[in-house]
Amino acid sequence: MIEVNNIRKTYGDTVALDAVTLSVGKGELFGLIGPDGAGKTSLFRILTTLLLPEGGSATVNHHDVVKDYKKIRKEAGYMPGNFSLYQDLSVEENLQFFASIFHTDIQTNFEIIRSIYEPLAPFKNRRAGALSGGMKQKLALCCSLIHNPPVLFLDEPTTGVDALSRQEFWETLHELKKKGVTILVSTPYMDEASLCDRIAMIQAGHLIGIGTPAEIISGFTKPLWSVSGMDIYRLLKDLQDFQQTDSCSLFGNNIHVTLKNGVADVSALKEYLLRKGHETASINPVAPVIEDCFIERMKE
Amino acid sequence: MNYNSSSIPAIQAESLTKEFGDFTAVDAITFQVEKGEIFGFLGANGAGKTTAIRMLCGLLQPTSGSATVAGFDVFTQPEEIKKNIGYMSQRFSLYEDLTVKENIRFYGGIYGLSNEAIKEKTGILLERLKLHNEAGSLVKRLPLGWKQKLAFSVSLIHDPAIVFLDEPTGGVDPVTRRQFWEMIYETAYGGVTIFVTTHYMDEAEYCHRISIMVNGKIVALGPPSGLKNKLNADSMNQVFLKLVRQS
Repeated sequence: MIEVNNIRKTYGDTVALDAVTLSVGKGELFGLIGPDGAGKTSLFRILTTLLLPEGGSATVNHHDVVKDYKKIRKEAGYMPGNFSLYQDLSVEENLQFFASIFHTDIQTNFEIIRSIYEPLAPFKNRRAGALSGGMKQKLALCCSLIHNPPVLFLDEPTTGVDALSRQEFWETLHELKKKGVTILVSTPYMDEASLCDRIAMIQAGHLIGIGTPAEIISGFTKPLWSVSGMDIYRLLKDLQDFQQTDSCSLFGNNIHVTLKNGVADVSALKEYLLRKGHETASINPVAPVIEDCFIERMKE
Repeated sequence: MNYNSSSIPAIQAESLTKEFGDFTAVDAITFQVEKGEIFGFLGANGAGKTTAIRMLCGLLQPTSGSATVAGFDVFTQPEEIKKNIGYMSQRFSLYEDLTVKENIRFYGGIYGLSNEAIKEKTGILLERLKLHNEAGSLVKRLPLGWKQKLAFSVSLIHDPAIVFLDEPTGGVDPVTRRQFWEMIYETAYGGVTIFVTTHYMDEAEYCHRISIMVNGKIVALGPPSGLKNKLNADSMNQVFLKLVRQS
């Protein structure tokens, strides 16, 4: 449904996208995971025909992003990163407006947005600018779906949204996926990766990993340890100073540690921590999560 | 834990309330934050966090209740509060069109530091952030992670007793996010109280204590481990979801 082949984009000296290649199958929920400035929005803008690539090629639903841009604009649904609705129009007026742009009306495709629109219905006469964050996000999703697009581009739909609204949003995406919609969604929240069929991790314009979440995690082959203790900051500082430490990162109230050369024996580490006065520190093996993999690959 | 619970609290709020017309944005919240504590202030969108922070920063008069911040009263001494706190948010921090050095000089001036003090602080700050080579660069040219570290350091330029961090780490990469938290820990070790909001639930675990606001009220308050035990949850994410769902 989406084919990206060696796409390149620069802004002056800054390389926004460098040889990015990926492919998203029909009905797939595909996540583009990476921090601000990694190139996520540039890729979205190229695929939605708002920006021309400098090199490479891409197609959306078999239409070329340069030659067939009009066809893509008619078909694709796009929810940009910044709140893109008309603040001065009401909820219902926004929906009507976006429907009319696509030469349709709210009723024709209402089924696809019914469950998303339901909590908004009581506020249909409220100005969009006066909605809460979670409500704005729901309305923006409705507007991007009103022409029943086969493919949906969602650029950071959950940024700055609280944990509960984020979870509900992902449940909605899974419902849409069941209806056969292909979804490319970007997020800076690593924990959302596991909710996608496949993901691409992007950093500084480069893809640093692509696959199912399980495949990415199985690529992390070093033994990983979770260290916890009473005084987490001092523990972190001491772990950073330990000669055999390869990497150590805070993870909640634990510190994830790998040792140099993938050493699996922690007796020297135990001894070191005791010597540093961390009598209560515990060291346990732990399964890596996507964020461990991202941090690991950022270093390469 | 390094924070000191025996001295005067950094923040003390008692039934602090803010009404807008017939809407109660903040509904009688009571809590205190100790000196040197890292206090996480969590809540759903629209729960009243921003309104509460604005009152604590001396930017908004409460409707009722009482609160002191750094020992000053939010009703009668808002100007004293402003001088004694630092503030940083992802949205508002540095001036993009000023250089690194100019931003430091600007904030130093705003907080009434002498020229000599500004010069000294500038040196320390550039050294600490290893930004010497970028001192003359426009802030908009810096990578996001550097900007945020610089913004945090600038918010501390007048040695405030408390610093308010409103979603300080939004959008940064996982490595920079952790470096930022190391700076937070280091600052708290120095005795500065940290009051922080975040939507990253793993960051809630980095706090000494957290509060969770729902519909204007604080519905949970305590150390992350205590809240997880109490709600029979594995992670702060679960704690958050359980509490916000209940309402």
